[in-house]
Amino acid sequence: MNFFQKVGIGRSRSAKSAKERLQLVLIHDRAGISPGKLETLKDELINVISRHIEIETEAVEITLTKERDQHRLVADIPLAPIRKRRHTIS
Amino acid sequence: MSAKIVTITSGKGGVGKTTATANIGVALASTGERVVCIDADIGLRNLDVIMGLENRIVYDFVDVVEGRCKLRQAMIRDKRLDTLFLIPAAQTRDKTAVSPKDMVRLTNELRQEYDWVLIDSPAGIERGFRNAIAPADLVLIITNPEVSAVRDADRIIGLIEAEEKGPGKLILNRVKPEMVRRGDMLGTEDVLDVLAIELIGIVPEDESVIVATNQGVPVAMDANSKAGRAFHDIAHRLKGEDVPFADLGGGDGFFGRISRMMRAGGES
Repeated sequence: MNFFQKVGIGRSRSAKSAKERLQLVLIHDRAGISPGKLETLKDELINVISRHIEIETEAVEITLTKERDQHRLVADIPLAPIRKRRHTIS
Repeated sequence: MSAKIVTITSGKGGVGKTTATANIGVALASTGERVVCIDADIGLRNLDVIMGLENRIVYDFVDVVEGRCKLRQAMIRDKRLDTLFLIPAAQTRDKTAVSPKDMVRLTNELRQEYDWVLIDSPAGIERGFRNAIAPADLVLIITNPEVSAVRDADRIIGLIEAEEKGPGKLILNRVKPEMVRRGDMLGTEDVLDVLAIELIGIVPEDESVIVATNQGVPVAMDANSKAGRAFHDIAHRLKGEDVPFADLGGGDGFFGRISRMMRAGGES
């Protein structure tokens, strides 16, 4: 073990990924929604919204977040560029 | 006098429930408290061997529940600490032989004459777990600093709250300070961050626990072992004393701070 390893430079730090993975899995566990279910929900949302307004379906993101005790379903749904929308409307 | 009923549980198996129950029992009894440890893991009893009392079993908990003997007859007194008792689990039956009501009724019988009733819960979230927490005044959740054990602890914490037995308190068991310092093991702060629960003990990984288990002498009988000391600290905290937590790599020790500073520098 050299000096740099001893003081912690260039180490694997797997604890960090353990914590990140845990936080992610617990958000799903606590809300009772599996990542697969969330994917289904996303597809259905895209379907419904697309009927009314044109969106960038590829860029849609549905995520579960947690702030203190409040779980939140956050949907980020970018609209299609205006030029493209005008084009389809006309 | 009214005993406090404390259930030790975890969700995941093999994280140290039985070892913790035996050692907290020993630690409390060594301060003169009158303690009864109940093995609620029916069909897979082990508290008897951890406490080294396996050769003295005549009756078990199911015998009491089904009226074949008095509660007193199933209690085995520890010869080393004469205020410590064990009620063993039945080995040839399963969890359905006992109901949550039975647990409440029988532990209430103990309240008058003892200071503490410690219940060693089985792993899992089924009947055995529900039996074990039914009479609890306080639930201790034990986990290891590993992804799977912490995840299961979170699930258990939720169930305990749903049963209105919360908030529980956390024992972090089998911590390897060297690995925490290296960044290769979740530290106390990491686990508390994720679980949002009050801490009652940090127990370091200690080979003496294995030696103790081999011999049937709980490690807390030797208050000088690392793990033994940690269990004595937990006992004192249960009694309401303010005992500072030892730094096991996750805290603000001098070397920890230095190495974090070096790390931060190396990253930027």
